[in-house]
Amino acid sequence: MAKFFAVTIIVIAILSAIPILRHTWVAPEDISTHGGLIDEQMSETMAEAGISFLAAQFVLAFFIWKFSNPGPDAKIKKFPGGAKGLVIAAILVVGIEVMALGIFGVKAWANVYLTPPSADAMPIQVQAGQFAFYFRYPGPDGTFGATHPEMISEGSQNFFGLDPEHDVDSRDDIVAAEMAIPVNKEIHLLMHSKDVGHSFYVRELRVQQDFVPGLDVSLHFTATKIGKYEIVCTQLCGLGHYNMKAYLEVMSQQDFDDWMKKEAAMQ
Amino acid sequence: MRTKQMLLAFLMLLVGSSLMFAGTVSGKVTYTGTPAHQKPIDMSKEPSCAKQHATPVTTETVVTGANNALDNVVVYVSAGAPDEGQVPTQAITYTQKGCQYIPHVLAMHVNQEFDIINDDQTSHNIHPLPKVNIEWNKSQPPGTPPIKEKYDKPEFIEVKCNIHPWMHGYFAVLKTSHYDVSKEAGDFKLPNLPPGKYTITAWHEKYGTQTADVTITGNETKDVNFTFKATPY
Repeated sequence: MAKFFAVTIIVIAILSAIPILRHTWVAPEDISTHGGLIDEQMSETMAEAGISFLAAQFVLAFFIWKFSNPGPDAKIKKFPGGAKGLVIAAILVVGIEVMALGIFGVKAWANVYLTPPSADAMPIQVQAGQFAFYFRYPGPDGTFGATHPEMISEGSQNFFGLDPEHDVDSRDDIVAAEMAIPVNKEIHLLMHSKDVGHSFYVRELRVQQDFVPGLDVSLHFTATKIGKYEIVCTQLCGLGHYNMKAYLEVMSQQDFDDWMKKEAAMQ
Repeated sequence: MRTKQMLLAFLMLLVGSSLMFAGTVSGKVTYTGTPAHQKPIDMSKEPSCAKQHATPVTTETVVTGANNALDNVVVYVSAGAPDEGQVPTQAITYTQKGCQYIPHVLAMHVNQEFDIINDDQTSHNIHPLPKVNIEWNKSQPPGTPPIKEKYDKPEFIEVKCNIHPWMHGYFAVLKTSHYDVSKEAGDFKLPNLPPGKYTITAWHEKYGTQTADVTITGNETKDVNFTFKATPY
């Protein structure tokens, strides 16, 4: 019976490794300049975790096979150093593994979060609120108008609480429900939440960042391929969470300029 | 016998006259100045609604018609109405269609039952925001039966959808059945008013209220017009 269990464990371990090794589930196409490093990091993590998983299953199966039917006189063998040694060894092995992943992966992280955006990056503000995203472009003057939370009026589409009557900067701001960006242009995304925690996730961009109420979060990225991609909220935010999405349209510069003109006319 | 007949005739005359001498207040609601630009609504995140509109619908905060007509103004008898407390029994409906509230402003009598209908292929969560009535919000997946509701205190109540932030409307809960909501030409009509002194109030969601006093003496139609000052922002 023990040998049957040992074999079953080996079979399950190998079967679960096959789709990974055959690349059955591939990541969606990467359309960002920083995504390569993230994909690399994910592959390394998967390889390391996968090898550790298989090794652990093989060792487990080996022990079951060899030691599950000890004779009546067999002694119980102990790990050298006892339980204390075992725990210290486990902490060291797992700790070194996690540290290594962190040290090698920091490059991918730093590319997005620790380096400032270039001076000519295009600023776009995104506001998450139950249950939609809205995007704001500063318009021809290049300056965002001030926001006044008490003036937010969704019924008249004033999602950011702008005060065009008194604030000249806000008069040319462009607010849209979809996010259009030019291809190969760095975007500086300024994120804030109107109410609760949300998340901005575009899988093709390899960007997933939480909105934290009260914090202004920013990140930057460059999209390299024209197309329409889905922006989804990946932080459970309430009743309509399932329906909280918007679209990212990556366009040629010409198309983007036309889009801007069209949106400006509708404000 | 003769006295009895005369009394009967007098009574009939009295009843008849009160039916005959039913006055009407009618008029037009207009604006001066420049009303705020109504922005198109992007419903792309809800394709089942977006495809119902060949051209994007706009916000309905200020809806105007030809010749400076102002729509969605609730005109009602705010003082002197003879029917306070008589709750109409006819059903009225508030429909969610194409991710919009139809009508944008629903006027009703206190304690009058109304049906909320979801005519869309998506879930809605209607959330009226009363200050004196009891607040609630109700989810309504597609295909579910109408939600029956009523309010027991007069109030103008803003209505929003918790799922679709652009959806916006109003309930006007009134103590009278003598009301009308101005339509495309800005017209309104309050018929069947017995002789008496009335205060007529016109309410607009952005431009506030105006009142006018009117006296109905018999079978007549009194013209009352309201003009609101529009602002570009």
